[in-house]
Amino acid sequence: MQRRVFLAGAAVTLLPFAAEATPEALADAIREVTGGASLRAGKVTLDIPPIVENGNTVPMSVSVESPMTADDHVKAIHVFNEKNPQPHVFNAWLSPASGKAVVGTRIKLADTQKIVAIAETSRGEFWSASAEVIITIAACIEDVT
Amino acid sequence: MANVLVNAPKTAKKGDTIEIKALIMHPMETGFRPGTNGRIIPRNIVEDFTVTWNGREIFRMRMSPAIAANPFVSFFTVASESGTVVLRWSGDEGFVAEHRVAIAVT
Repeated sequence: MQRRVFLAGAAVTLLPFAAEATPEALADAIREVTGGASLRAGKVTLDIPPIVENGNTVPMSVSVESPMTADDHVKAIHVFNEKNPQPHVFNAWLSPASGKAVVGTRIKLADTQKIVAIAETSRGEFWSASAEVIITIAACIEDVT
Repeated sequence: MANVLVNAPKTAKKGDTIEIKALIMHPMETGFRPGTNGRIIPRNIVEDFTVTWNGREIFRMRMSPAIAANPFVSFFTVASESGTVVLRWSGDEGFVAEHRVAIAVT
């Protein structure tokens, strides 16, 4: 038992400092947004190519099913990643005046990883969708030459 | 002033949902990459993108280093009244850029 405890401790201290966001960092970042409220799958569509050659520009869009009325609309869309140096990708704030809860952009991905999109509604619900993206040439890691 | 490309309809019917696409030239340096001298290149990104229609905020986005260079954003809004849409980007190293588009609503 003593030995096992020691080994576990040694393993933890010997781990190199991760140069990437970890699944825990991702979970923390998500908790910051949801405040611990549970995520429900559905309503959100995360449109991103499953295999990407160049991680420096990956087109993506998030669309959320919502009537976008004053009492039921998407307040915000948050996007996170698992393995970039930071878990945040973007936060976008919408209102009933948006008409449609759709946001598109281009992102950088440092590695093959999971992307999570979360929609926050005016009723306090959090809907989410995630997608796995395979990257063949990563962003951010290579030196500038 | 940075190079900006904005695609928005010049005219719209009242109540229509229109799409606005915006692209701005910016390196979006992440602050995680070493340069040729081996030192980390300091972070330089656009952090905030805010859009107003006749002074009323219609869209806001907070970006991170994970947004690709020359950030592109597309979003929707309901055409309510004729006026000016002001797109404003701001970020590190005092970066500020503004672009105005006039939209006539009939």
